[in-house]
Amino acid sequence: MAGKTLYDKIWDAHVVDTQDGESILYIDLHLIHEVTTPQAFAGLRANRRGVRRPDRTLAVADHNVPTEGQALGVDAVADEEARLQLQTLGKNVAEYGIEYFPMGDIRNGIVHVVGPEQGRTQPGMTIVCGDSHTSTHGAFGALAHGIGTSEVEHVLATQTLRQKKAKNFRVRIEGEPAPGVGAKDYALAVIGEIGTAGGTGYVIEYAGSAVRALSMEGRMTLCNLTIEGGARAGLVAPDETTFEYIKGRPAAPKGGAWEMALSYWKTFFTDEDAVFDREIVLDAATIAPSVTWGTSPEDVIPITGVVPSPDSFDTPDKRASAARALEYMGLTAGQKITDAKVDVVFIGSCTNSRIEDLRAAAAIAEGRRVAEGVRAMVVPGSGLVAAQAEEEGLDEVFKAAGFEWREPGCSMCLGMNPDKLTPGQRSASTSNRNFEGRQGRGGRTHLMSPAMAAAAAIAGHIADVRDFLK
Amino acid sequence: MEAFTRLDAKAAPLPLANIDTDQIIPKQFLKTVERKGLAKGLFYEYRTDEQGRENPDFVLNQPAYKGAGVLITGDNFGCGSSREHAPWALMDFGIKAVISTSFADIFYNNCFQNGLLPVVLKAEEVQQLMDEARGGNHVTSIDLEAQTVTSPSGAVFRFEIDPNRKAKMLRGLDAIGETLQAAPSIDLYEQKRALAQPWLEGA
Repeated sequence: MAGKTLYDKIWDAHVVDTQDGESILYIDLHLIHEVTTPQAFAGLRANRRGVRRPDRTLAVADHNVPTEGQALGVDAVADEEARLQLQTLGKNVAEYGIEYFPMGDIRNGIVHVVGPEQGRTQPGMTIVCGDSHTSTHGAFGALAHGIGTSEVEHVLATQTLRQKKAKNFRVRIEGEPAPGVGAKDYALAVIGEIGTAGGTGYVIEYAGSAVRALSMEGRMTLCNLTIEGGARAGLVAPDETTFEYIKGRPAAPKGGAWEMALSYWKTFFTDEDAVFDREIVLDAATIAPSVTWGTSPEDVIPITGVVPSPDSFDTPDKRASAARALEYMGLTAGQKITDAKVDVVFIGSCTNSRIEDLRAAAAIAEGRRVAEGVRAMVVPGSGLVAAQAEEEGLDEVFKAAGFEWREPGCSMCLGMNPDKLTPGQRSASTSNRNFEGRQGRGGRTHLMSPAMAAAAAIAGHIADVRDFLK
Repeated sequence: MEAFTRLDAKAAPLPLANIDTDQIIPKQFLKTVERKGLAKGLFYEYRTDEQGRENPDFVLNQPAYKGAGVLITGDNFGCGSSREHAPWALMDFGIKAVISTSFADIFYNNCFQNGLLPVVLKAEEVQQLMDEARGGNHVTSIDLEAQTVTSPSGAVFRFEIDPNRKAKMLRGLDAIGETLQAAPSIDLYEQKRALAQPWLEGA
């Protein structure tokens, strides 16, 4: 009999019951936020149901929060509907006894930054949240994925989820990357290779020497973008890098429990003889700093590349989508992507707002100036990331270079708060989606790494970070 | 949840690939605390121009497709954000089934929680349905029990669906109630877990 994959092992450890081919999977950690939960709590109330494990649930305020003036609290949020959602979350967590880091609490921030930072995210766990980028937590060897609001209600009521098992897909990235290339480029290269639907129906395990060499921040970036390739969840097997990151964090096991946890966590790896339904191998050395040109994350080209022609796509609906994307993005087939001038630079989001991301951007910004007419903003992923960056003096580096240093939140990743693009504005963004209107109606998003975004801010156009490496 | 058994409705063609949930319902409509009333945000940036005026070219604004109950669309429909507001908005608008060559996982799952039927057909079948859906008085029929889609001209296409999901959809069943019947198994699982992973208790 063939061995088990990491995914198989986590799955097997959480099956409570199986009914007619559908499994009831136990959920170890449920993260919640203001946007996808109000209707779930309303549903609980309507059916007179309680929250089964408030102690395994953690709430943050992130999607709607403004990235300034947070100390004034929720009542100061100008947008009436956003304020109501935030107030509703506050009432719901109080009623059901769920721990909550509200706006202005130093522990608050983007849900996928906070979970790991608090040591809540641990290997071998099942983790869900009403947000597709829950895949981020897979970096710890946890089975983590986004769910809809009905499923949020289901997890609140039962601490389980009804699931059918997905297939196993391994992405191996081997070798040494060139300077200026990192996790974001790997992720974009993988999506470019498999397409935005390439991972549909699979859980992806990332393996190979280039993945092993990544920090936890890098692994989180890689797993975060898994959903953009259509797979709900990405995984990296836990190792010393993982354990070192968790140790000492507020929710990490302490004392004797640490050793016990460690020996449990070490059982989560893919057996040598396990069989994957699909496997691809990428050579890290051949991956260039990458950037998107269109309105789907699969629209990836190397920074040295040109905007493709719609005729180069093989199906009529793809050609139609590419033609629409070019028009929307205000680009011409054949033009060099480095000729695209940017209006806004956004460094932040659950993809790239952790300390290492800010360090990488600051290294490019240091001693340089943001180009005339460019608005460049840095939004740390949590209050604690902001505090650490300030301790390291990164905020001063950014401010001296002409970047705005803002308060934590989802910010311009999704345009649900005051940070938005205006129609026609072009952004170099470290976020995860370049969909039409994602960062604001008519906004044109180019996805890239934090260092690349910083380089674009300095150059005033999309630029090759390698020209900025000292 | 309303049961879905059979649908006879006009179908609107939207031949684009990778329509994401930001397109289906843009973020400014996610600030509600209700499930209802989202029809106004459905495909908002396709349906309206920058001044908020109706765009007459968009398929769902055309008189021939008023009252459409079926949407026929390109590959990988519903990719992106997990927002359940996407199926809520489609349902609120009157769309009860979406036909495509493929759907994104989370969206597909969310449809079944709300009685919205996602139907996967082969590329040539989807193309034929799109062609036949052009113009005025056509009716596309979907029979969930028989797992068939019948085109306006009478061509019948069979689709696959998970038997559990089908059964729940046909009866409009609530998944939470069903899971709670397994409460003793959940209790037992939690007792075992508390012994094996004590550090996760009382956090």
